Amino acid sequence: MAHCFLWSKNFRNLLVAAVVGLYLGGIFGCGSHTDQAALILATTTSTYDSGLLDVLVPKFEKSSGYRVKVIAVGTGEALRMGQQGDADVLLVHAPEAEERFMAEGFGKTRKPVMHNDFVLLGPPTDPAGIKGEDAVGAIKKIAAAQSPFISRGDNSGTHKKELSLWAAAGIKPKGTWYIEAGQGMGECLRIAHEKNAYLLADRGTWLAFRKQFSLKLLVEGDPKLLNPYHVITVNPEVHPHVNGQGAEEFVQFITSPPIQQMIRQFGQAEYGESLFIPDALQP
Amino acid sequence: MKTELLEIVGLTLSVSGMATLIALALGLPLGVLLALGRFPGRGLLAAMVNTGMGLPPVVVGLVVAMLLWRSGPLGQWGLIYTPAAMVIAQVIIALPMVAGVSMAGIQQVDPMIPLQARALGASGWQTLWTLVKEARLSMLAAVMAAFGSVISEVGAVLMVGGNLKGQTRVLTTAILQETRMGRFETALTLAYVLLMFTFTINFFLTRLQQKGVRAAPLRWRR
Repeated sequence: MAHCFLWSKNFRNLLVAAVVGLYLGGIFGCGSHTDQAALILATTTSTYDSGLLDVLVPKFEKSSGYRVKVIAVGTGEALRMGQQGDADVLLVHAPEAEERFMAEGFGKTRKPVMHNDFVLLGPPTDPAGIKGEDAVGAIKKIAAAQSPFISRGDNSGTHKKELSLWAAAGIKPKGTWYIEAGQGMGECLRIAHEKNAYLLADRGTWLAFRKQFSLKLLVEGDPKLLNPYHVITVNPEVHPHVNGQGAEEFVQFITSPPIQQMIRQFGQAEYGESLFIPDALQP
Repeated sequence: MKTELLEIVGLTLSVSGMATLIALALGLPLGVLLALGRFPGRGLLAAMVNTGMGLPPVVVGLVVAMLLWRSGPLGQWGLIYTPAAMVIAQVIIALPMVAGVSMAGIQQVDPMIPLQARALGASGWQTLWTLVKEARLSMLAAVMAAFGSVISEVGAVLMVGGNLKGQTRVLTTAILQETRMGRFETALTLAYVLLMFTFTINFFLTRLQQKGVRAAPLRWRR
């Protein structure tokens, strides 16, 4: 047994080298493994958090053969990723910024996919008395009462919508009552709940979280609160390395009748209402 | 932007500095106790301290946040989304680091030194002080490790602080947010400021530490 190979130092060294080699190979092998079939989809945290993409993306991967990497970031960063060619296709909801993105030539195709809407939430006691107002009237009252208001403050689609409401009201929100959180929708709902504050939220996130928090839905249904989502392919003429083919296929996929039907049904079982209303099939 | 940056830097330094000080006040005695004490459960406590040195900040953030939420057991303190909550979370991150590094440092002191001190007529406290002085290199390493880890963590301060502008926004959470917003230049500037601070502070602490070094420089001979 003394000279058994299994116990020799050489064998042990070999074993260590093999393990280290396998480990490093595993790390770098996966990291640098690029194949043509990858498609990077940059989208917003609110879309991602809704869980819709968890349903749609595997279907697309199966039918198209592409491997989709979903990167969930703010709309600002998603558009920036498209601008720099770091993403192939975008699913975003900030119409004005999107139109600028298209006008500057960074996008190739842009199509409506679906919409949901924003709602104004607040403490159940509604200290500023905004219930029954329209969106602009409501935030005017909040500002007049100096009731705490949580702003996303992160350049996201939701934040941009909020800023457009303040602009429509002719108010520059400022003061200790106006709190800029700089975080995602779920975190901001939590902060508003903790601080008894008002906030603007997308309906999907609100439906997902409403059981957890004491906030109340106070204003809804105003056309100003609509939240349209568009899919945009990054222009391969600007960034030749992007997966333009895959991006166009994704656009066709997500605007196709069966997928639009799936979008309408998404969330109905869990929340009793649709989280998103499909838009691609309307004339 | 300039006053905002100053505000962010000021809050970063005061939160992380305060957390490091509190962690030192609690962690150094704990480290000494673990190094020199003999009591039941010491091995378990030492293992817990060493595990705690790798505690993920997001886990600390989650637990502290759940405690401090209005629905949590400490909710009536009203500390969630305040700098105080951030200090609490960072103390929990830094404490095991201080205790662990100082424990290891004291254990590395030549066992002859306390014996000699005793032989020279030192009291118990004087012997202890001699030991701590001998271990000062590791003590300063503990300060650097603790401060370096809390000033650069983002998970805990984001969760318990909330990254509220002008209230609880610190350098790391600001970097995260600027990145999310696609403003990489601002993010990089903030990252540069953060690195400059950690470097400057570590530079002075290292100078202080190396002043006490008496070992002869190593010379290679063939």
